[in-house]
Amino acid sequence: MTMLPGPTPKKLGLAIDLDTCVGCQACVTACKGWNDQGYGAPLSDQNPYGADPSGTFLNRVHSYEVQPADAPAQLVNFPRSCLHCESAPCVTVCPTGASYKRAEDGIVLVNEDACIGCGLCAWACPYGARELDPAAGVMKKCTLCVDRIYNDNLPEEDREPACVRTCPTNARHFGDFADPDSKVSRLAAERGGFALMPDLGTKPVNRYLPPRRKGAAEASPLAPLLDIRATGLAGWLDRVLGKI
Amino acid sequence: MSQPQLNLSPAVSDEIRKTTCYMCACRCGINVHLKSGKVSYIEGNRDHPVNKGVLCAKGASGIMQVTAPSRLRAPLRRVGPRGSGAFEEISWEEALQTAVGWLKPLRETAPEKLAFFTGRDQSQSFTGWWAQAFGTPNYAAHGGFCSVNMAAGGIYTIGGAFWEFGQPDWERTKLFLMFGVAEDHDSNPIKIGLGKLKARGARVIGVNPIRSGYNAVADDWYGITPGTDGLLILSLIHCLFEAGKIDLDYLARWTNAPLLVNETEGPEKGLILKNAESQPFVIDRRTGAPAPWDGKGVQPDLGATWQGHRTVFQHMAERYLAPEYAPEAVADRCGIPAARIRGLAAELARVAFDQAIELPIAWTDFRGDAHTSMPGRPVSFHAMRGISAHSNGFQTARALHLLQIVLGTVEVPGGYRFKPPYPKPVEAHPTPHFGVVPGKALNGPHLGYVRGPEQLALNADGSAVRIDKGFTWENPFSAHGMMHMLIPNAHAGDPYRIDTMFLYMANMAWNSSMNTAKVMEMLTDKGEDGEYIIPRIIYSDAYASEMVAYADLILPDTTYLERHDCISLLDRPISEPDAAGDSIRWPVVEPDRPGHAGVRGFQSVLLDLGARLGLAPMVKEDGTPRYADYADYIVNHIRRPGVGPLIGFRGDGTQEGRGPANPDQMAAYIANGGFYQAHVPEEASFYKPWNAGYQDWAVATSFYESPQPYLFSIWSEPMRKFQLAAEGHGAIQPPDALRARLQQAMDPLPGWYPPFGDAGAEGFPVHALTQRPMDMYHSWGSQNAWLRQIRGRNFLYLPTKIWEGQGFQDGDYARVTSPNGEITVPVAHMAALNENTVWTWNAIGKRKGAWALDEGASEAKEGFLLNHLISELLPEQADGQRWSNSDPVTGQAAWFDLRVKVERVGPRDHAEPAFPAIPRVVAKGEGRA
Amino acid sequence: MHPAPSVIVFTVLSGLGFGFLAFLGLGALPGHGPWHFALWVLGYALAVGGLLASTFHLGNPQRAWRAFSQWRTSWLSREGCAAVVTLILLAPVALGDLLPLGDLRLLGLLGAAMSLVTIFTTSMIYAQLKTVPRWNHPVTPLLFLGYAIAGGSILSGEGRIAVVACLILFLVLAASWRIGDRRFAEVGQSIGSATGLGDLGKVRVFERGHTAGNYLLHEMMFVVGRKHADRLRIIALAFSTLVPAALVVLGGPHWPVVVLATLCHILGALAQRWLFFAQAEHVVGLYYGMR
Ligand SMILES: Nc1nc2c(c(=O)[nH]1)N[C@H]1C(S)=C(S)[C@@H](COP(=O)(O)OP(=O)(O)OC[C@H]3O[C@@H](n4cnc5c(=O)[nH]c(N)nc54)[C@H](O)[C@@H]3O)O[C@H]1N2
Ligand SMILES: Nc1nc2c(c(=O)[nH]1)N[C@H]1C(S)=C(S)[C@@H](COP(=O)(O)OP(=O)(O)OC[C@H]3O[C@@H](n4cnc5c(=O)[nH]c(N)nc54)[C@H](O)[C@@H]3O)O[C@H]1N2
Ligand code: SF4
Ligand code: SF4
Ligand code: SF4
Ligand code: SF4
Ligand code: SF4
Ligand SMILES: [Mo]
Repeated sequence: MTMLPGPTPKKLGLAIDLDTCVGCQACVTACKGWNDQGYGAPLSDQNPYGADPSGTFLNRVHSYEVQPADAPAQLVNFPRSCLHCESAPCVTVCPTGASYKRAEDGIVLVNEDACIGCGLCAWACPYGARELDPAAGVMKKCTLCVDRIYNDNLPEEDREPACVRTCPTNARHFGDFADPDSKVSRLAAERGGFALMPDLGTKPVNRYLPPRRKGAAEASPLAPLLDIRATGLAGWLDRVLGKI
Repeated sequence: MSQPQLNLSPAVSDEIRKTTCYMCACRCGINVHLKSGKVSYIEGNRDHPVNKGVLCAKGASGIMQVTAPSRLRAPLRRVGPRGSGAFEEISWEEALQTAVGWLKPLRETAPEKLAFFTGRDQSQSFTGWWAQAFGTPNYAAHGGFCSVNMAAGGIYTIGGAFWEFGQPDWERTKLFLMFGVAEDHDSNPIKIGLGKLKARGARVIGVNPIRSGYNAVADDWYGITPGTDGLLILSLIHCLFEAGKIDLDYLARWTNAPLLVNETEGPEKGLILKNAESQPFVIDRRTGAPAPWDGKGVQPDLGATWQGHRTVFQHMAERYLAPEYAPEAVADRCGIPAARIRGLAAELARVAFDQAIELPIAWTDFRGDAHTSMPGRPVSFHAMRGISAHSNGFQTARALHLLQIVLGTVEVPGGYRFKPPYPKPVEAHPTPHFGVVPGKALNGPHLGYVRGPEQLALNADGSAVRIDKGFTWENPFSAHGMMHMLIPNAHAGDPYRIDTMFLYMANMAWNSSMNTAKVMEMLTDKGEDGEYIIPRIIYSDAYASEMVAYADLILPDTTYLERHDCISLLDRPISEPDAAGDSIRWPVVEPDRPGHAGVRGFQSVLLDLGARLGLAPMVKEDGTPRYADYADYIVNHIRRPGVGPLIGFRGDGTQEGRGPANPDQMAAYIANGGFYQAHVPEEASFYKPWNAGYQDWAVATSFYESPQPYLFSIWSEPMRKFQLAAEGHGAIQPPDALRARLQQAMDPLPGWYPPFGDAGAEGFPVHALTQRPMDMYHSWGSQNAWLRQIRGRNFLYLPTKIWEGQGFQDGDYARVTSPNGEITVPVAHMAALNENTVWTWNAIGKRKGAWALDEGASEAKEGFLLNHLISELLPEQADGQRWSNSDPVTGQAAWFDLRVKVERVGPRDHAEPAFPAIPRVVAKGEGRA
Repeated sequence: MHPAPSVIVFTVLSGLGFGFLAFLGLGALPGHGPWHFALWVLGYALAVGGLLASTFHLGNPQRAWRAFSQWRTSWLSREGCAAVVTLILLAPVALGDLLPLGDLRLLGLLGAAMSLVTIFTTSMIYAQLKTVPRWNHPVTPLLFLGYAIAGGSILSGEGRIAVVACLILFLVLAASWRIGDRRFAEVGQSIGSATGLGDLGKVRVFERGHTAGNYLLHEMMFVVGRKHADRLRIIALAFSTLVPAALVVLGGPHWPVVVLATLCHILGALAQRWLFFAQAEHVVGLYYGMR
């Protein structure tokens, strides 16, 4: 199973808009909430109310500060989850076949029943998209909400990942990158969507839409109506009210 | 091996119950999934008007709130010294009898000795009603320490503010400016709105010393010096005036700019000139003669001068064209180059005037003039505590509304839109009531909008009626009360001593007080007689917060999924510009605290208490309780004829707004997803204050008893009345010490003065702020095991100038000193920050032992509050008086006036001050219950 | 990377074990009888013990058998298979020391080769990881092979080979550090490429997304104790190469010397292995501003 399936007819994934993400962490807990009770073992927490808590999450949102050479520093919020790579190294390293890439849609999953929890796939992932759950001893990762997107028990409009559904700013888009007309393909094309660390050869499916250029709009300053010091208020009033 | 067969359609849950979220005041609709009777998953309700399916990080982790080990389980009675945390569990009967035993004598002799203050209360029309029935004048919710400047500044100017009052026209706006917003109450709607703007490629600009969150995604950022927004805004207005880029037609038609200002020396000077019928009037451009302000076809003349009296407009021009508001004059103070200010003004003007839009919707205005379309100026604004939590916040809020007005962008397509029941001018609001008669109800609602000195809550001798000194010369427009002054005043016995302090969901012993350590002392302080100076404290919380330890009697509340609640148009509804809306909560799971006396919904407890006290509206003629519980009240209470807490499904179930009580109303709400919307007719969708169609609909839907068209108050007459008093006019006179301050603060035209924190800030060159984290709600996020992993400690963020200037390194701590105190806290570097500002996330620091957390929790060890540095009182005045650290107009707590100095102290392992642990009232949490 | 004791013990012991087995297979220490067979037992014990130790860090060791299935793509799986093949191939050779099984030299040769193949597969588990630039280099297999051969030769008392192997290992070790210390930078991944924001300006972490710990921080961003690295490198270099070589040269082919030299070598190997993990920086650390 750790053979990659080759090109998949669908390439499902996320387009994440860094120009829009405000870093609210909603997708983080929505993901945890859904996956805590869905696919596979619950996402456990260790020492949840203790001095040193930790836990398994499939999606984390970081915040970076970027200092351009010629403009004020800016912050960019940066969600990070599995990119469902086409050449997923996490899959090929897996000794048990637990890690696999679905032939039909390219989703990279862990078959928890086969996973020995060796952690090698997490080592192989450049993006930190896999976290070993200490309670269940199996590898957890973003499932692209495979138990939502095809789920007949959900209304049609809800058949999208939990993180996408909850994102208040609509910074997360789900779709098929194999279809050039899909929303995600179009967004990626229009906005210059990029892959992370492409030279590692993982060929991520997910795309990040870069922050738009920041700064002042091109607007010429307003021309004063007249020299108020010279004409006084009365002159100004005349001029302004004459315009009506 | 082939890939595993997956069940792609697993059953999601056994059942979905729709109710309303509670982790903040945004009040989103939620679908609560249940498996085997237990909450299994919570998602947003797609049909809900507030969130349209989305949830924030708090809402999406609500399950951790309902299962938190910090939940209280039974009523508690203090058995040890106050603050020791020694309690015994008692039965509800005992708890209620105890409360009745304390309250009944007060009611019969001195009702004001009960101070009932509710914090993050979402049922203020109910709690206020209860307090009124009890007869104490001492009631308010948390608005006074929160954002009353924003609310009152808006009401006094345009008849509404941001958030629940109104919002940008997200669909059409092309340029959106945010002043001082980190998260706001309207959490999800703002994010949804920003998402819409981003999807359209509309422009977003942030004005904020800190460039995080919304300001991080803004297309441009103005890293303003805290407390100077008013100056920046007035400078923008200056530029617009200078260039004649102002919407004269809008000003003439819809604002009081064409009204005349009385120039006659004397007690009327500066008031709006009235005719013989005591009505303001305008000069009609067609005739050059006086005409009624609301006369049909009247074309008010902005430039008129009549018998020596000039229009408000001319006063505005004179004021704002003055060189003191030129960008060059304000640039240094604001920390923004003059060219940037001019550029921003140009951008505003360009979008407002060159990119104007028009909707083909016909409507008729209050003057009877018919319009074939609705022109719009697609510039919109939003602002929150960044401008309101300063001591010049009221005036700054007014300035911002003035900017909107000058651009002609309020209640027009693409601009700012009111949400029903707003617009509501000052005149449509009650005035404050404070008539106390022992054994009787108060003579009216406590809170309201003051129109002049005669409405201040003063005794004949000039002393304050209210314990918080609300509605006095110190803070005449304290429309939300001043909760932050309650404990200091009660402790000082100024204006008098109280007997029982009854608090509901406000963590006053920790993050919600200024000068936290002092407040804890005040709560435990004893007089010479060995009795507590604040003799009795009753508190209702749902969790083991810091405040619980300081109460004598705890009335444990349910969590949000376990009770009925009502989000009512009578107080803080969930309306949208196109629909009035209200909603409910209902017990989607039953409270379950095995082995303990259990918890009860606080509102139901209040009704029970009220009935036991014999409060008239809560008992039937025969003295038995009128309402079985809160659900019964929600459905059957009649506030005004035909008007109750909820507007939907009234009468026979089809009536909207008005109608008799409907016993099936609750069930109808539940079936409808927990909410109701009354849709604004299309022809009423904009120009609401002046739109006859809207006014009629608002009357029909119960917001007004009769149409209330009005003009925006650029020139505020109520404010001028206070200035007149300060100048010596009128029978009711302020103390001399306050005259100068009133003169300055009660300027009838929006103005700016330096925040009071600047005085006495010599040697404290740095501004210190807090921001709401989007993923935490004040103190209560930390009991949520998921959220505390995201943000379990905080840092003080230092700008590059300080970071590099003092050679700070990662892992360092800093000593931060203000005129009021000192803390030693972990620091981190942030370049995207105003160079004279430091900041941290609000309310992450916790007291050891609280919230069922381990004592070594990072929240308690490294987490910290800035509150220790802030004082509820300003430094002594010349006469020895200490004024409250508040806006002089509204009493809004000036959290963000804080000035500090920062010194590197190198690596440490815990923050200071470190308070001893408070003993636990619930066991330390191990796992999810 | 987190230097998990189980993995350190696994790689050190099984490396030594397979190295020793290779020498035994090649016919070092020729002989017969129970005492001689005991040497095989020692070799098997080290190799198998190491493999068993590696299961301690598994979340679900009871399913470890599944790890043999993916030899077509997975070096970890290949390692398992190679180890088993090696152990099976050499079993008759070992028994041949006890029982008269005839001439098994060829099998021994084959088993020796497979031992080295096993070592190589182990090394490739690490060397294949592009995410850990320090490991992702041909020097990693050399290192593992070097340790196996040096350890095997020391333990099998092959004095001259041991000295040469130790000196080669010395060079490989030094090279591995020299190369390794530059690898991360050479590979060129940075916080800018990790976030894709590098073109906008200089990127640094503002907030890392969670203040609590998680698997990634624990497993991939081990930074504790790196400050002892220099001292440990000296210990590793001295004990795994110079000291045993010196002992072998000075002490001669006596079993106490062999035991002492081996123990020194193991000590050095443990230190090296600890560093191998502790100093290995995973690119995911870029997201956290840590390496
Ligand atoms: N430094 C600094 N301090 C500030 C501010 C700032 O900006 N900077 N902001 C101020 C502002 S604007 C505000 S509004 C205050 C907020 O201050 P508070 O209103 O005091 O906020 P919380 O800390 O949320 O405290 C509310 C209490 O309600 C309890 N509670 C939660 N749910 C329930 C429930 O269902 N029933 C009952 N009965 N209780 C419940 C919680 O456990 C908690 O103890 O903080 C103020 N403090
Ligand atoms: N997630 C979450 N949501 C909340 C809350 C919460 O605790 N958590 N609390 C709720 C409550 S009670 C309130 S009152 C609201 C408050 O909502 P906000 O008004 O968004 O509150 P703050 O986080 O206090 O943000 C103040 C903002 O103003 C900026 N600021 C400070 N001083 C100045 C200034 O002088 N000028 C300008 N331009 N900006 C300035 C700060 O940098 C900060 O960004 O949020 C509500 N919503
Ligand atoms: S992001 Fe990581 S876990 Fe996901 S497919 Fe790519 S390599 Fe595998
Ligand atoms: S942890 Fe599980 S999924 Fe990952 S490589 Fe090991 S067996 Fe495969
Ligand atoms: S797609 Fe599903 S599993 Fe993946 S990050 Fe989003 S919510 Fe989590
Ligand atoms: S929910 Fe959306 S806006 Fe919030 S952190 Fe996630 S991607 Fe960003
Ligand atoms: S914004 Fe979040 S916490 Fe507030 S009501 Fe909505 S979902 Fe709940
Ligand atoms: Mo607030």
